Amino acid sequence: MPHRIEVAIKDDLRDSLGEKTAARMVNDLGFSVQSVRTIESYTIDTTLDKQQLELVARDAYCDPITQVWSVDRPLAKTFDWVIEVGFLPGVTDNVGRTAREALEASLSIHLKEDEKVYTSHQYLIQGDLSRTEVEQIATQLLGNPLINRFEIKSKEEWDPQKGFGPLVPKVTGLKGGEVERFDLEITDEKLIALSRERLLALSLEEMQAVQAYLKDTAIKQKRKEIGIGEGITDVELEAIAQTWSEHCKHKIFQARITYIDADGKEEVIEGLFNTYIKGSTETIRRALGKKDPCLSVFTDNAGVVAFNDQWSLAFKVETHNTPSALDPYGGALTGIVGVNRDPFGTGKGAKLIFNTDVFCFAPPDWPGPLPERVLHPKRIFEGVREGVEHGGNKSGIPTVNGSIVFDERYVGKPLVYCGTCGIMPRTIKGEPSHIKEAHPGDVVVMVGGRIGKDGIHGATFSSEELHEESPTSAVQIGDPITQKRMTDFLLRARDRGLYTAITDNGAGGLSSSVGEMAKEPGGCEIHLERAPLKYPGLDPWEILVSESQERMTLAVAPDKIDALFELASKMDVEATEVGRFTDSGVFHCLWHGETVAYLAMEFFHEGAPRMDLVARWQPPRPEEPVVDPPHDLTATLEGMLSRLNICSKESVVRQYDHEVQGGSTIKPLVGENADGPGDAAVIRSLLDSYKGIVVSHGICPRYSDIDTYPMMACAIDEAVRNAVAVGGDPARMVGLDNFCWPDPVQSEKTPDGEYKLAQLVRANKALYDYTIAYQCPCISGKDSMKNDFMAGEVKISVPPTVLFSVLGTIDDVRKAVTMDCKAPGDLVYVVGQTYEEMGGSEYFAMHGSIGNQVPQVRAEQAKEIYHKLHTAIMDGLIASCHDCSDGGMGVALAESAFAGGFGMEVDLRNVPAEGIVRDDYLLFSESQSRFVVTVNPAKKDAFLAIMKGITLGEIGRVPKGKAFIVTGLKGKKVIQGDIYKLKVAWQKPLGV
Amino acid sequence: MPGKVKVIVLAGNGINCEYETAYACTAAGANTVDTVHINELLRGEYAVGNYHLLCLPGGFLDGDDLGAAKACANRFRHATIANTGERFWDQMLHYIERGGLIFGICNGFQLMAKLGLVPALEGGYGEQKITLTFNDSGRFEDRWVHLKVNTASPCVFTKGMEKVYLPVRHGEGKFVAADHSITSQLKKKGLICLQYSDEACREATMEYSLNPNGSFNGVAGICDETGRIFGLMPHPEAYLHRTNHPRWTREELPEEGAGLAFFKNAITYIREHLC
Repeated sequence: MPHRIEVAIKDDLRDSLGEKTAARMVNDLGFSVQSVRTIESYTIDTTLDKQQLELVARDAYCDPITQVWSVDRPLAKTFDWVIEVGFLPGVTDNVGRTAREALEASLSIHLKEDEKVYTSHQYLIQGDLSRTEVEQIATQLLGNPLINRFEIKSKEEWDPQKGFGPLVPKVTGLKGGEVERFDLEITDEKLIALSRERLLALSLEEMQAVQAYLKDTAIKQKRKEIGIGEGITDVELEAIAQTWSEHCKHKIFQARITYIDADGKEEVIEGLFNTYIKGSTETIRRALGKKDPCLSVFTDNAGVVAFNDQWSLAFKVETHNTPSALDPYGGALTGIVGVNRDPFGTGKGAKLIFNTDVFCFAPPDWPGPLPERVLHPKRIFEGVREGVEHGGNKSGIPTVNGSIVFDERYVGKPLVYCGTCGIMPRTIKGEPSHIKEAHPGDVVVMVGGRIGKDGIHGATFSSEELHEESPTSAVQIGDPITQKRMTDFLLRARDRGLYTAITDNGAGGLSSSVGEMAKEPGGCEIHLERAPLKYPGLDPWEILVSESQERMTLAVAPDKIDALFELASKMDVEATEVGRFTDSGVFHCLWHGETVAYLAMEFFHEGAPRMDLVARWQPPRPEEPVVDPPHDLTATLEGMLSRLNICSKESVVRQYDHEVQGGSTIKPLVGENADGPGDAAVIRSLLDSYKGIVVSHGICPRYSDIDTYPMMACAIDEAVRNAVAVGGDPARMVGLDNFCWPDPVQSEKTPDGEYKLAQLVRANKALYDYTIAYQCPCISGKDSMKNDFMAGEVKISVPPTVLFSVLGTIDDVRKAVTMDCKAPGDLVYVVGQTYEEMGGSEYFAMHGSIGNQVPQVRAEQAKEIYHKLHTAIMDGLIASCHDCSDGGMGVALAESAFAGGFGMEVDLRNVPAEGIVRDDYLLFSESQSRFVVTVNPAKKDAFLAIMKGITLGEIGRVPKGKAFIVTGLKGKKVIQGDIYKLKVAWQKPLGV
Repeated sequence: MPGKVKVIVLAGNGINCEYETAYACTAAGANTVDTVHINELLRGEYAVGNYHLLCLPGGFLDGDDLGAAKACANRFRHATIANTGERFWDQMLHYIERGGLIFGICNGFQLMAKLGLVPALEGGYGEQKITLTFNDSGRFEDRWVHLKVNTASPCVFTKGMEKVYLPVRHGEGKFVAADHSITSQLKKKGLICLQYSDEACREATMEYSLNPNGSFNGVAGICDETGRIFGLMPHPEAYLHRTNHPRWTREELPEEGAGLAFFKNAITYIREHLC
């Protein structure tokens, strides 16, 4: 019989979780709530005696200083409403897992596999609420109906003896073990219907390719011999769907595209990825010759570059948009722990040294109605933030760089970019660490978590737009601790040379991981019944494609297998032999000895038909708005600082551990009070060396409204200039591109597909041009191509968005600089030319307009600026350096001033500019490749000598006081502010 | 091994500051620094008895799932060493009796509190009298804090220090004692070694964010009566070099980070008393 242990905070102590929850009920939902207290509940699905239960409650679950406990008796009292939030069957319950282990430790017993502990939370609310409001609290604030169950009782309904009683969310009633077969000798309509019904996301052409494969006589004969039958099995169909999914195969980036530009000129592009992304990297690598830092690009889970002679870095950035839209916390948590496994599964495996995160949300103060099944942006924001917090902090990986972009068009699908970098010795046991190779005969070993129904169809699902009936099995919750245990184990196994190859189980599960690794040896044989399950009753295809988290797949030489298993068991990590790599040329799966999948490797990996698409570029011409010059520029500047895209993100950054591992050098928050916005992160991962890693990014989706070519150029420029601003060496930078696009394939649902594809082509052209110009090769990247939301007739598409991340180095971190001005008397410079480029600017956005003069990147001038400025930084001539981005120079000056705790006195007449006659445009134009720099007067000559030939202006100085004074083009003081007031305006929207 | 300072740094199950903690021990002059997985300890492959200093680094033991370090404290209380059947807890008691040092940082301090390793008044090791609970702010925070050092404390780790500036990175750091008598004994015996304080490090404070978590009396770290067993919420191992300081680009600072002093003090003490 199940039992229930409850734990509550003592009445006389503050319940900070309760207080925080109460505040959100009031602030986010606008309800009248006086107080909330919380109770944790553990439902124990096994029979224990009273004494045992009391021991567990007292010893393992309760902190005697602050908490009280009960066994099989409700603790709840004094409330108007009580809500209990638990998990639905099958949802990962991390605390439940730990509670089970603790119970076993306390009682020195071993529970049976299906004897589990399930957790739930009670919220005791005092407040004048209706049942509908309480239901709203439950589903909109405390939990998510996709993963949670809710029980609600009013004071009157509550039975103090019975409470809620133990409720066991055990997965039951699954039969499992079924293999379905399909005859593909059917009409096209039926083929497409089959694809749709099974959520395969395969197109008619792709279904036809499968059909044709099965018709091949040799194949037919072989299948007969092996006894799989003539039809295709669900195992095969699902494996193909995963491997051929947009998510895994990047079909749009591989497609042949006929691009027609605005003048009607046609051009055929043989794949965007090969032509532009890989193409530019190859060109750059050839040009760099011996200086080429790349070790492994585009082939592995992450790109690998040399850091120094002994160490290399593996960096990857991913998105986890769809899961984050459905369950922000679980989606983002899975996103971060998922991308952790990319560098971890690169080469022989890298130790993880930092995370990055960039979010794109709709404004959190969204006032209007929302489409069905769309969560409120504020909720998405908080859930995603918390997911990344738990994923990063609990894994002991510092979150060092990121940003948040707001735009209303992210309301249907938020974008959640998560990046992770790892470090590895360049050689391990004499072998290059960035190369992995599974051999025929190697054992396929699955390590880490178990397989459940969670995350089935994640890859195919994210290859479709989100709609009201999207499946919820794609939602899962990451488990940082299981993963941490696994990575602790694997790093030891790596250093002992116990495996030959490693890769992660992400999208497509085992079918993708084993399928990918099997390319090298030329085949594999997987015994699906051997894979450990979270609960019984899965079908073979589900085992193959489940995306359950915290798993890696290894190739282990037979003579190392015992040592590997011994180490795993010692470190409490589950490792299971699930098959062998072969040279059979076949992707072969068995279920209790019977063949359930038998696909030629070549067809499996290369059989997807290539798409032929048309892209048509018609430049939109948003009108240049008429903006009246403001009467009070001080208020305008404050207004700009309060823009969501400009304001302080401190409240988020503070909750991320950015210092763990001890190498933190330039933090995300800098300046006198550690609250200024750092341009890029510098970390020193090798504590006995002064060589540092520089991390930055650029993202400017607003410019896509005018033209994605400059949008991409600006994103690259922003990332590079941020890295330069802190001291990164512009001659040694590499990049990662992450495209998030609305569906660019012309169809009934997407009548403007050709335009969106043209936008994609243009962004790629810019990527090619500017990475070559900056000699900054892309080493890895990812695309997410279906960022649309459909609800009935309503379609919400994200603006074409590219995150460009830069990984750089600095030879001596002691030469790094920060953006805060340092001392009174220092001279203020603006480096780089300002143009009237207001198109897509925050300033125009503040006026509800887009405009058309989008910033251009003048690469030759920019490069010269970056190299010379870098020299000046290395020579110690720069006191502070801040890049001008959203909000332009005006915002950069203000940030530099208030972060430094000093005012600023500048004269706009000395700003090098072209074609600008207005103070507001000069201040807020977003021309690229510019910096605000302060220099000690004693170093002025040396600075100017180095910067010779660069467009710059000495525009003022740092005064003793706190006044922020700007003299306008007409010689009058146009801004007379106070840095504290400016800072308050900047900090107000999202808090600190 | 006479003259050789031996340190064991615990790792695994969610500990995640072992790398920089071990580096700090080496930088402070320890001769041997072994980073040991909890399971290796519980399997008897390593024994705390062979070391002079046991470091319990920061992290999220078991994900802090039942409350910070709670599940690990529970495991340590009940665990037996696999090959000998000896209780792990008895090993710890012998280690303490023999004069060994224990240094718990953040999650390590939370573990010590829940194991009753500090304050262990009247030598009552194993009796939990204090805890670290959820921050009043209800959130995890990474921020640097000013700490006033109790110069009258018996703590060997803080010897010679008057103040120190270090980062905190926790969601459960609010110090709570079982009752007033515990607090008054802590005060009387000088066991409150570190307190969150004003910027000049003159007065302990309850003011947020100087006191980042609402700790009563601003307590940030305490020791046992021997001064050899010491835990604190802030992270000394995160400030080993001046470039770790949040304002190093704008202030003149010594090359060596102030956090190293804790480790140096421990190693000096070991050389003087245990080697």
